[in-house]
Amino acid sequence: MIGSGILHGLAVTAKNFAGSFTDPARLVTVGYPEERLPPKENARQFPFLVFDGEDSEAGLRCVACQICEKECPPQCIFIIKSKAKKPDHLGKPQFYPATFDIDFSVCMSCQICVEVCPFDAIKMDQEFELATADRFDGLLRHKDRLARPNSYFQKLHPTDAGAIDTLRAAEAEKARIAAAAKAAATASESTKPPAAPGPVS
Amino acid sequence: MDALDAIFVTLKHLVVGWFPALLQPWISALISIGAILAIFPLLFGLTTVLERKALARIQNRPGPNRVGPAGFLQFVADGIKSLTKEDIVPRAADRVVHFLAPLVVVIPPLLAFAVLPVGRNMVALDLRETGLLFFLMVGTAVELGVFMAGWSSHNKYSLLGAMRALAQLLSYELPLLLSTVPVVMLTGSLSLVGIVEKQSVVHGGFLMGWNLFTPWGAAGAVLFFIAAIAEANRSPFDLPEAESEIVAGYFTEYSGFKFALFFLGEYLGLFAVSGLGITLFLGGWLPPFSFLAWIPSWLWFFGKLAGLMVVFIWLRGTLPRLRMDQLMRFAWQFLLPMALVNLLVAGLWHFTSPWPVALRWLLGGAVLAAPYLMFNRAFERRHPQRTYRYVS
Amino acid sequence: MSLPFALLAGLILGGALAAVTCRARVHAGLFLALSLVGLALVFLRLDAEFIGFVQILVYVGAVAVLIVFAILLTRGAENPWERLGNSPGFGILLAVAVFSLLAWALTSASFPKASETAAALTVRGVGDRLMREYVLPLQAIGLLLTAALIGAAVIALPAPTNPTNPPTDPESQ
Repeated sequence: MIGSGILHGLAVTAKNFAGSFTDPARLVTVGYPEERLPPKENARQFPFLVFDGEDSEAGLRCVACQICEKECPPQCIFIIKSKAKKPDHLGKPQFYPATFDIDFSVCMSCQICVEVCPFDAIKMDQEFELATADRFDGLLRHKDRLARPNSYFQKLHPTDAGAIDTLRAAEAEKARIAAAAKAAATASESTKPPAAPGPVS
Repeated sequence: MDALDAIFVTLKHLVVGWFPALLQPWISALISIGAILAIFPLLFGLTTVLERKALARIQNRPGPNRVGPAGFLQFVADGIKSLTKEDIVPRAADRVVHFLAPLVVVIPPLLAFAVLPVGRNMVALDLRETGLLFFLMVGTAVELGVFMAGWSSHNKYSLLGAMRALAQLLSYELPLLLSTVPVVMLTGSLSLVGIVEKQSVVHGGFLMGWNLFTPWGAAGAVLFFIAAIAEANRSPFDLPEAESEIVAGYFTEYSGFKFALFFLGEYLGLFAVSGLGITLFLGGWLPPFSFLAWIPSWLWFFGKLAGLMVVFIWLRGTLPRLRMDQLMRFAWQFLLPMALVNLLVAGLWHFTSPWPVALRWLLGGAVLAAPYLMFNRAFERRHPQRTYRYVS
Repeated sequence: MSLPFALLAGLILGGALAAVTCRARVHAGLFLALSLVGLALVFLRLDAEFIGFVQILVYVGAVAVLIVFAILLTRGAENPWERLGNSPGFGILLAVAVFSLLAWALTSASFPKASETAAALTVRGVGDRLMREYVLPLQAIGLLLTAALIGAAVIALPAPTNPTNPPTDPESQ
């Protein structure tokens, strides 16, 4: 019948219209910026540096090995190694970066720095609302703004952070046991009576 | 409730009475003009926002929701934007004609509102002899404006769009005019006020004598409103001005305020022709049932206008655009013959007035259904039902 | 000779003069439409509502659009018109001859004076007369228009394609 298809179509659109007020599947728009979609775990924007504990200087995992600086394709990382050393989470003295700059206007979010870092010190952040009026200094981030606590890392990437934390905890435990055993060995060495002289022939 | 019904009339008489008798006709005319100029552009603004939000909801999105409560002041923002945009005229364009074309498109619909009775005793210009003819005359004056717009832009796409728009306007004018002829025939007068008054007969104690409640009125209303949508260049008949087809058709080269005037003219034309359809077929300012007569007449008229706008927006959100040849074929090979058959049905209705109502409806319905079913057969032979095979 | 009538006469004559002297054909067509609107306004001043509105409906809405379509579809809009000969003398002579003929005809005819009790022309009266006294001219005009429609459709139809005889396309030659 001429016109029956039109009436069918009118019914479909009416259902869509009415449903858009009640059924969330019929109004799929997310009203940014009031509402936001939660970011996925693998979403990535620009890098940040991880530090353990409260102090961003003392707990910084980065040891200034400069592998990320060399591997970065657009060369947006600039590192100056420190002169002195500080102990890492295993107690071993390591260098640390006196200056760690990343130029966000150059960074292309390829995540190569994250992949090559042997110390899980640099990870990808998910913040994208970085618009600024100053295109030189506004997008050049220094160590103070790049450093974020491990709790932040756990919030962003729970799986990754969880795996890394277990690993680091295991390493720390092993190091502690080794250190304790060594300490016990040195202690017992010092307190042990001198060895009984064996039969001297 | 009669006081509420006549509130605007009494207000107008009050204001006119303040002036000396010499100036009174002028003041009365000025008040009517002012009222039309105030109400209908405001209605236009609200309709644009309503349309955007309704279309958006049909398409699973919220529509404009930033400006004003739930986005309903969007038309103010759009108006300010149009007014402050730079007015660009192409170098090779014909400046005078380019300037005059929006005026020739906007002024006729404003003139047309003058003869529409929007309430009891509320018509700006009561032409007892030729009300309907005045309306149809201003409808045809728009065509020249469309041509002027397309030709003066010195742009082949504008010209093509103007030619298509003109072809469409001319083709759908015939079913439009022919579908109004039964109304004139059975009312015996071209006066719009008289047509509404003729429909104030009450049948069966409660049903008003709207022309819609007759077979020729129902068919005539359907034909009229389809032709009205086509005359107003509205989806699904908006090929001449669709963005994805021909940029903006005949108003490609217009920017800023002139574009806003075209837009305004198009919607005002839609209101005007809907108002005419309401007057001719839907009883004007009359209620559908006599026990609802306590609601003011002007509220009924604008309520029906709002209802029609909702239907038009609904159609816009549902139907895809008609191609030019489909459009022309529809007008000349379906609407025109059905309009002619409708004339016959109207004549039959008039001459069988002693018969019982059911029998008259049966006769009218049969005479209308016969060509409709024949068209169905021809259509199905030309376009057999498609079978879709899906990959399982 | 009242002021409104003088203004309208100026509009009609000015529009007509511009229509015949304008170089661009489309402008000439639009000036003609303006002149016809002026004529309709004269009808309205004489309280002949029906004929005034029908004048705009038919002349401006249909005839002017027809002229405009004709100009567009025959590529006449691009080239300005060429004169028939270099001097306007022939045209002026023709115009004066036609004007004097019409003036003589109008002044020597005797129009009956409108009586005070003459019935106003109603639309119903026009319809009655068309259907009773003037039904033959009405049907003849209808027949003429139908013939014109059929002729236009026949001219516009594409030539029927014959498998052995491919259609000759005039535009490709």
